[in-house]
Amino acid sequence: MKILKELLNHKIGLISLCIITILAILAIFAPYIAPYDPFGINVNEILQPPSLKHLLGTDLLGRDVFSRMIYASRISLEVSIVAVGISVSIGVFLGALAGYFGGIVDQIICRFIDIMLCFPTIFLILAIIAYLEPSILTIMIVIGSTSWMGVARLVRAEILSLKERDFVQIAKVYGASSFRIIFKHLLPNALPPILVSASLGLGQAILIESALSFLGIGVQPPTPSWGNMLIEGKETLEVAWWLSVFPGLAILITVLAFTLLGETLQDILNPKKEK
Amino acid sequence: MEMSQFLVEIKNVWKSYEIRSFWFKKQKFYALLDVSLKISKGEVIGILGESGCGKTTLGKIILDLEKPDKGEVFWFGKNLKYISRREYKSLRSKIQAVFQDPYSSLNPRYKIKDILLEPYFICIENNKKKGLEKAKELLNQVGLDQNVLNEYPHALSGGQRQRVALARALMVSPDLIVLDEPTSALDMTIQSQILELLKNFKEKIGLSYFLISHSLPVVFYLSDWIIIMYLGKIVEICKKEFFNSVDHHPYTLMLLEAHLDPFSKKPPFKKEIKGEVPSALFRPSGCVFYSRCKERQKMCLKKSPKLRKINNLQYIACFKR
Repeated sequence: MKILKELLNHKIGLISLCIITILAILAIFAPYIAPYDPFGINVNEILQPPSLKHLLGTDLLGRDVFSRMIYASRISLEVSIVAVGISVSIGVFLGALAGYFGGIVDQIICRFIDIMLCFPTIFLILAIIAYLEPSILTIMIVIGSTSWMGVARLVRAEILSLKERDFVQIAKVYGASSFRIIFKHLLPNALPPILVSASLGLGQAILIESALSFLGIGVQPPTPSWGNMLIEGKETLEVAWWLSVFPGLAILITVLAFTLLGETLQDILNPKKEK
Repeated sequence: MEMSQFLVEIKNVWKSYEIRSFWFKKQKFYALLDVSLKISKGEVIGILGESGCGKTTLGKIILDLEKPDKGEVFWFGKNLKYISRREYKSLRSKIQAVFQDPYSSLNPRYKIKDILLEPYFICIENNKKKGLEKAKELLNQVGLDQNVLNEYPHALSGGQRQRVALARALMVSPDLIVLDEPTSALDMTIQSQILELLKNFKEKIGLSYFLISHSLPVVFYLSDWIIIMYLGKIVEICKKEFFNSVDHHPYTLMLLEAHLDPFSKKPPFKKEIKGEVPSALFRPSGCVFYSRCKERQKMCLKKSPKLRKINNLQYIACFKR
């Protein structure tokens, strides 16, 4: 609650929070907000420029771009939230194990992280997707399971410093189990940096999802996603600029909002910051 | 189960840490060398020494937070190496601790209530009502208001936090509390209040303390036995009542000299204190205190003196005593 209050007092934090809230509302209430059916083909209204009737114009098949973008925000948010959920879970789990137990466990996990970091993420994802059927679920899993390394390292470092604190030593003295120490004493205190990296991760996940859709191995048409709308507009960019520009702007604004939110959180949660 | 008369016994304990100095060259530095001691019920043992002499490591060995390289640790006569899990668990709660820094010894995300109840639930029984009763009673005894139960640690002052830390240690009815510099982070007035509290608990419920400090007055106030450490070794053990009337190890004399007395007319350091503590990494071969000792002889360089019994109340590790 304290975090939320400080966030509302922070200019950039407030703006990014507003953008994210609007996006969330659009995504959740998409069927009520979208003026047209996102899949409804209308041959009479092909490639209409933005007007009052079609706020953001129509595409090659006469579908309303605004409605499609609202539905696309659903997919994009869904994919990024689940992907970040997966990556944070894996990262926190492995990072906590490595940091708390140290020794050989730490060595194994750290080497595994190093190996995973050797591959550029996007190529790793491409390689995995080449073997799997591209669907929304696979995209979530693939993005989640290739982006946990940063979180793991962060949590490990955080736990390493926290476990030397006196209250953790005392918990050992009165016989608290390792499980209890990790989940009750260490992780709640490591929460701020995890929150920050989750917020930054959300932006990244949206970006990766869009990139995959752009390459044609992400969300498959006719299901709209910002990425595949972007590429659909590529062919007609000279005659219908609105097809690509609006999805591109949506990606830009969303990623920016999440990134700025992350950075604001970092500012707020850092106890050493100057007020 | 036959109980030993000693709460904790430590036999010939060695403890080293590894330091990576150059590339792959590892260096061992010894924090404890061949340390033995016993703590009986109702006794307060005070450990004095400079920073880095292994006081805290010794405390951690007693608490089983660190395992010794060599040597044995006994809790209530049971060797920790061969103890069963169940026995270990039942003895674990008998030895508690209060640490130096009151700001890091309480979990900032727990309410005081939860801080006090957690050890109770783990060690005694999972009964919230009884636990809260005990917590209130103990808060009262350490001089805190019951209202703090619903506060978070950041709302409390250093002295209040240290009282909470003490109450937490007492929640599980221990026999021994390891006090690692319990007062050195506090203001003078609060220091004396905490010391008074500790003395009260000792007299009322026969608690034992293992008191680690570098403050002479604190150790004198509470202890029955005083142990002086230098560079990982015990150089002297002396009963407190006896302390003023006997000759001491040269290092003890140096500590006594360095102690400030505000009412003394003499300049605080009448004799110059020479030398630095040698690095634990490049440990001298003979007596550890050789480099700073005023009474050193040739033999002190060759051999390291063992702790010898002078009489029933004093043990010294020096060739000249």
